[in-house]
Amino acid sequence: MSDLPDLPYIADKPAPRESVDALRARIPGWGVDLDPADRPAVPREQHAPEGTGAHWDFPDRQPELSPRERSIEHSMLTPVFGTVAPLRGVSGAVRRYAYRYSEARAAHWLLLIAGDRIDSVGSHVKSFATLRPDNPLTETGLLAEFRYQGLRSRIGRRRVDGYHAWLDPIIVAGPWVVAGIVTVKLAGKLLSAARR
Amino acid sequence: MRAMVYRGPYKIRIEEKDIPRIEHPNDAIVRVTKAAICGSDLHLYHGLMPDTRVGTTFGHEFIGIVHEVGPSVEKLAVGDRVMVPFNIFCGSCFFCARGLFSNCHNVNPNATAVGGIYGYSHTSGGYDGGQAEFVRVPFADVGPSVIPDGLDDEDALLMTDALATGYFGAQLGDIHEGDTVVVFGAGPVGLYAAKSSWFMGAGRVIVVDHLEYRLAKAREFAHAETYNFAEHDDIVVTMKRATDHLGADVVIDAVGAEADGNLVQHVTAAKLKLQGGSPIALNWAIDSVRKGGTVSVMGAYGPIFSAVKFGDAMNKGLTLRMNQCPAKRQWPRLLEHVRNGHLKPSDIVTHRIPLEEIAEGYHLFSSKLDGCIKTIITTDAA
Ligand SMILES: [Zn+2]
Ligand SMILES: [Zn+2]
Repeated sequence: MSDLPDLPYIADKPAPRESVDALRARIPGWGVDLDPADRPAVPREQHAPEGTGAHWDFPDRQPELSPRERSIEHSMLTPVFGTVAPLRGVSGAVRRYAYRYSEARAAHWLLLIAGDRIDSVGSHVKSFATLRPDNPLTETGLLAEFRYQGLRSRIGRRRVDGYHAWLDPIIVAGPWVVAGIVTVKLAGKLLSAARR
Repeated sequence: MRAMVYRGPYKIRIEEKDIPRIEHPNDAIVRVTKAAICGSDLHLYHGLMPDTRVGTTFGHEFIGIVHEVGPSVEKLAVGDRVMVPFNIFCGSCFFCARGLFSNCHNVNPNATAVGGIYGYSHTSGGYDGGQAEFVRVPFADVGPSVIPDGLDDEDALLMTDALATGYFGAQLGDIHEGDTVVVFGAGPVGLYAAKSSWFMGAGRVIVVDHLEYRLAKAREFAHAETYNFAEHDDIVVTMKRATDHLGADVVIDAVGAEADGNLVQHVTAAKLKLQGGSPIALNWAIDSVRKGGTVSVMGAYGPIFSAVKFGDAMNKGLTLRMNQCPAKRQWPRLLEHVRNGHLKPSDIVTHRIPLEEIAEGYHLFSSKLDGCIKTIITTDAA
């Protein structure tokens, strides 16, 4: 043997670890899609509109019963769209504003995220005026910790999410704790103001 | 009807909702019999996807029975058992005409970069999903297929996304005979991608994760070599050592936005939502693949920027391939593989829970308790 260095400092390909016969014997279906022609979606773009099931050149238009926000990168409202949870309230105003920016702009996405947070906090507060207030215990599914071996699934396993698991309760429960403290403080102030 | 409803990050509950109506002549209403929770549902659940509105119902993996059809529906009839691909698509736009069903331009007014997806925020069109007793299915003549005789319900359900996406991930890797394929992530998509890589002639398949029980599944279900990155100082160096210092020919990112393993990336993305996703797995993929190799991205990322190591990808001459899977395009071939016994999709299902307990189902899956890999939701109406 020569004193040539190892791969990849020389031109040879690494030797196969297993022969094709061994692979075929060990793995069900080995190589059945070896020929790219057998793989679906090859070639990637195949002009075949007749095979999709569409029997229209352009679909009927779903009626726009209430004004529907859209990306300014669209030249028109798409013929079909989802109608759940239309824009409403403060979060709706923020989201509507976000749609003034294209998808290329960070402002678009960051405003949408801001709208999401306003929506969830607002809905949460509003839920206390309903017969079914948010219940952090059932809605976070925390009871699964008892039913599905929360401790046993974590302790003694080398899971990398363990390193920041301490953050999760702060992020999830933090807003509740802060809201609680603020409520108590406010109530105290109101009480002392009333006494005065 | 009963439906899962989003209340804010980490909070969901079951509510009574109106049964969806026909809103377009080619709509169908489907009574859901089985749905699944997908890894990408966790991005919504954690509040990572912009424009996820309180009151919406998640769920893009479901099968069911046709309950009502619109006046222009020709192919489906009430009572048909159908599997519904997670993509909503029209079949006739520029993109659908070319087979890019996941990139349809006629179904999502909220974004041009994203197609239509059931129960996947307004950024994906504002449709309710199938983690409910009923769901509106647009373009009933285009999307759904009648479940073929002999195909098990759970296997049909897994075709609607996870299996199709995993297979698509291997396909985009453009695998040649004898290639070494590394898959980051041993969740459902990663397991199916690893398994599918063999179909395409891989010579070696390596799966990387930090959950030992999932790596065990990768060895058993996908016949893969496995590495637990928590046991290695620097998984990229480990991958180089494992591949004669050449790097893998193909690397598949089957993790996506909530990748763990780098505290700063994980916290800025998954916890503080300042990135479109934590690209840890993607960066590992870029650094682990060989020069001139291919990285296939199946993990889902949000539309906000992510800190991706683009310079390495450029300097290494990589081919980066990715898309949301056009699920229905994969079905004919996948059906053959299931019929021929090359794989049994439902082998990875670990939990089956009723719709009423879905909040616990999300926590179980999100926190990876009890060996959870794939959870199937059954509806009472079924
Ligand atoms: Zn999915
Ligand atoms: Zn289309």
